[in-house]
Amino acid sequence: MQMTRRQPPALQAAGPVWRLASLAIAIGVLAPVLTLLWLAFGTGVGHWGPLFAHVLPQAALNTALLLAGVGTLVLLIGTGCAWLVTAHDFPGRGMLHWALLLPLAMPTYIVAFAYLDLLHPIGPVQGAIRWMLGFDSPRQFRLPDLRSMPGAIFVLGFVLYPYVYMTARAMFMTQPAHLLEAARTLGESRRGAFFRVALPLARPALAVGLSLALLETLNDIGASEFLGVNTLTVAVYTTWITRSDLAGAAQIACAMLFVVVALVWLERNGRRHQRFGSSQRMRAVQPRRLHGGAGWAATAVTALPVLIGFVAPALYLVWESAKRLLQGGGVSHGLIASLGNTIALAAGVTVVAVAAGLIVAWAARSQGTSPNRARWQARAATLGYAVPGTVLAIGLLTPALAFDAALATAFGWQGLPLMSAGIVLIVACAIRFLAMPVGGIEAGLARIPPAIEQASRLLGETTAGTLRRVHLPLLQPAIAAGALLVFVDAMKELPATLLLRPANFDTLATWLYAEAARGTYEEGAIAALAIVLAGLLPVVLLARNQLGTAPVAPVPEHA
Amino acid sequence: MSSPLHLESIQLAYDTPRGLHTVVDDFSLSLAAGDIACLFGPSGCGKTTVLRAIAGFEPLRAGTIRLDEVVLSSARSHLPPEQRRVGMMFQEYALFPHLSAAKNVAFGLRRLDRAAQQARVAEMLALVGLAEAGERYPHELSGGQQQRIALARALAPSPALLLLDEPFSNLDGGTRERLTAEVRGILKQAGQTAILVTHNEAEAHAMADRIGVMHNGRITHWLDTAA
Amino acid sequence: MTQRLGARTPARAAHALIGATTAWLAITALPAHAAEELTLYTTREPALIQPLISAFSAQSNIKVNTVFVKDGLLERVKAEGARSPADVLMTVDIGNLMDLVDGGVTQPVKSPALESAIPANLRGADGQWFALSMRARVLYADKAQPLTSFRYEDLANPKYKGKVCIRAGQHPYNTALVAALIAHDGEAKAEQWLRGVKANLARKATGGDRDVARDILGGICDIGIANSYYVGQMKSAKEGTDARKWGDAIKVVRPTFANAKSGGTHVNISGASVAKNAPQRANAVKLLEFLVSEPAQALYAQANYEYPVRKGVALDPIIGQTIGELKVDPLPLTEIAKYRKQASALVDKVGFDQ
Repeated sequence: MQMTRRQPPALQAAGPVWRLASLAIAIGVLAPVLTLLWLAFGTGVGHWGPLFAHVLPQAALNTALLLAGVGTLVLLIGTGCAWLVTAHDFPGRGMLHWALLLPLAMPTYIVAFAYLDLLHPIGPVQGAIRWMLGFDSPRQFRLPDLRSMPGAIFVLGFVLYPYVYMTARAMFMTQPAHLLEAARTLGESRRGAFFRVALPLARPALAVGLSLALLETLNDIGASEFLGVNTLTVAVYTTWITRSDLAGAAQIACAMLFVVVALVWLERNGRRHQRFGSSQRMRAVQPRRLHGGAGWAATAVTALPVLIGFVAPALYLVWESAKRLLQGGGVSHGLIASLGNTIALAAGVTVVAVAAGLIVAWAARSQGTSPNRARWQARAATLGYAVPGTVLAIGLLTPALAFDAALATAFGWQGLPLMSAGIVLIVACAIRFLAMPVGGIEAGLARIPPAIEQASRLLGETTAGTLRRVHLPLLQPAIAAGALLVFVDAMKELPATLLLRPANFDTLATWLYAEAARGTYEEGAIAALAIVLAGLLPVVLLARNQLGTAPVAPVPEHA
Repeated sequence: MSSPLHLESIQLAYDTPRGLHTVVDDFSLSLAAGDIACLFGPSGCGKTTVLRAIAGFEPLRAGTIRLDEVVLSSARSHLPPEQRRVGMMFQEYALFPHLSAAKNVAFGLRRLDRAAQQARVAEMLALVGLAEAGERYPHELSGGQQQRIALARALAPSPALLLLDEPFSNLDGGTRERLTAEVRGILKQAGQTAILVTHNEAEAHAMADRIGVMHNGRITHWLDTAA
Repeated sequence: MTQRLGARTPARAAHALIGATTAWLAITALPAHAAEELTLYTTREPALIQPLISAFSAQSNIKVNTVFVKDGLLERVKAEGARSPADVLMTVDIGNLMDLVDGGVTQPVKSPALESAIPANLRGADGQWFALSMRARVLYADKAQPLTSFRYEDLANPKYKGKVCIRAGQHPYNTALVAALIAHDGEAKAEQWLRGVKANLARKATGGDRDVARDILGGICDIGIANSYYVGQMKSAKEGTDARKWGDAIKVVRPTFANAKSGGTHVNISGASVAKNAPQRANAVKLLEFLVSEPAQALYAQANYEYPVRKGVALDPIIGQTIGELKVDPLPLTEIAKYRKQASALVDKVGFDQ
């Protein structure tokens, strides 16, 4: 089972066209970031004063607290549930092991908004509590407000834990059982074996999941704003909008990019260390049946995140939508149009992002003359994920519209064709979500042994042909997983859409936001529900793709 | 340090949709202290299951397993593996990839203080001829070296019994022969009671004092080896 | 480990996606061939302006393309530059409107109709901006509170400790109020006021104006500051809906400024400008003139529960009953716009939203 430290170098896989395209994509992703830098420092640092003194420290502190809190919560929930579900058998495990992914379909702002209603003093939860305790009015008894840092940590933690759960579970599922058995023959109890062997081995996977969840937290604007937590992202937004200070906003955004770079490094590092090998006859951990009280306790513990992160908000949306429909709405024509637009936008973004991801990942594996340059491009391509949607949109506006104008002049078209057709919006979203297909396809390519490509070339096939006939079919799981993730995220996207959309174009998210801005939450619930429903299918498919169709059944080994 | 092992009429079985599948039935075995026995047979004959039952990873349906007068398993009781003082060497080496060789060997020595741990680790590494390899990680060691570290690790807590589950089958021929002889030497020198499980005849003869030939869950006959 | 999807499914799905996207792009990219057109960029929620737009299209046969830009209207129009298709820029809050003018994306309009309908203090002297409707920032109070009159400055009074709800201090509606306070009372007093109100907050300054009513009903606070039109919306909502419950829980008082002898209430506006590079300038002016006409102003009052800028247009009865005839604080809106940056800096300094 000797692990070779170095893979033999891949053949000169990517020709100049690929590398040029990859470079163009990398530049495309960097352009908004560079524009941001230019915006930030171009107008001088004169107005940094009040920003530094009053806004930045508090926002930075809030962000740090939020990241720490959410990070802890997602690690606990994600790792704990992943271990429970992998190594044990208990009632409901068959359903729970994939249900734990469901919160991925819930955008953070929708969950925040649902819980604000659910946990409001005049909402159902507190109403029930008051009834049980015998109080009549909220003025006699009420729980602390959700609009606080702990509230935000709670909401974000229970919605973002699936990132850690996914990677942890994939890791635990493939850990060889005999490692844990060896630990037990050396005197460790089951708990000891988990903490001293299983957990340390899973650390790289946990790092990947954690960094993804924290990047999402950093980007979130809806939930933080709604719950009154002024993070750096919120500060960027308000500095731009309410203080009308684009340069200041860009400056805070640049500061955020440092945190982002750290998180992206954490994730990359984690992926690199996932090399503890798999030999041919690896027997995975056999789930141990939990009996009686322990079994039901495990069911309760693993069901709780699903209930909090998905079921409760979803039921709330269904209830509110039903109320609205029964009270004599009907679904407006605009809402249906939004649904169509949302799906079309998400589809367009997915196609562009996956294609671009393939180009970048393919070019990056060329070891030829400049391996570092290619890898740098791949890393640059992932930067978009880290930049908050609004900020990316601002950064993209200037170069994109300049390009648009030039194009229109060249062809003699009227107005701004790319903008009007929504191309600029698609590009912005694709930049935002490029990291997922790039990462997934890179990982998929790494799993394909070089010998396969060498065999294909020796049988007379060209590089491009090998890509088409050999790599692409083998990459299908990676591509499919990347595409699904992009699709789900594109459907939920809000800030960039608000800024860059063409005339008379609403997505479900913008529809919902407009309704919420007007304060008519009941109607917004229908749009929110549609977002969640549409986002469910990719999540379910992802669950089956990533986790296998059925959990391992607890059957004892025989000789 | 080495103890007599007694298996009395043990039965190992598991439930299938089609009913109870018995792997091993009315199986008995006695091993004197310091003996090295081998269970030999084709795959599917139940030898690994017996080994795993002694280690504590399989429950008994009937019979008793006693080690040095302590009941490890019976139809009604089951001592967890970590309390059995039984060491094991696996076919797939099972070295912890995230720990160095020295830390691997020290893994089961938590009850000792630091100085005693270090001394024991050094002693075991020297015993298997890898005194300078302590700081290396498993992926930096060859297959043969990994198995030696695995042996050192299993012997470090002074187990009452050592189980070897086809430990040499992943190695190439020359290494396998050398290692087999070396390991037997180490075990004999230490007076360690051990049971080896293998389907390789040469290995069985080289390692063990007695070979129990198994077929369909039973020992058909015992062979005394020349060694 | 990873299960493979059916070998052909992703390929088929990809083909379908590509096909759908191409079709969609083809359709939306086609240049529109309408007869008379107008492009409106607005930050107002579509449902609020839709009745007005439909009435305009019906009367004038001009098709209106509406782009709702929640934030960054100025950014977007500036970036679009000379090729921008925007004809009319519509927004709320005098500060935002002035930002458009100062950002150089508007053009002057001379129109007797506009000038006669809109009082001089509610439009730009050179016709760069026009107010179309007004909203007052009023006090919502729990019905049990014994309040008949109120001054904005009273909000900082310690007797209201833990009883005040308000939305984020940085929200334009609030910074405009703070700017008005600076204009009336001076910056030092305004800062003191902010600190006093922050100490009185019952919960974080966040959410929307309607949340003030909801939280009053929920017992979180007793009084709060919010816009007048929500009162109309809530109190006229269907019986049994949440909005109706919130509306029925409050009463409204028109606050005044302590130092102002005139005793007027702070107002803000919704307004519009004609875009600098408007391709359809004539149509743009037609829209503005329509919006200040009697029928349109009546719609503002009835459908949106706002205060019309045109004199003589009847208020919605609920507004008339609950809030009453509005006495507008005579402070020129341009003064408010002037102090807005300071107001915003003060909110930061006090850490009002933290």
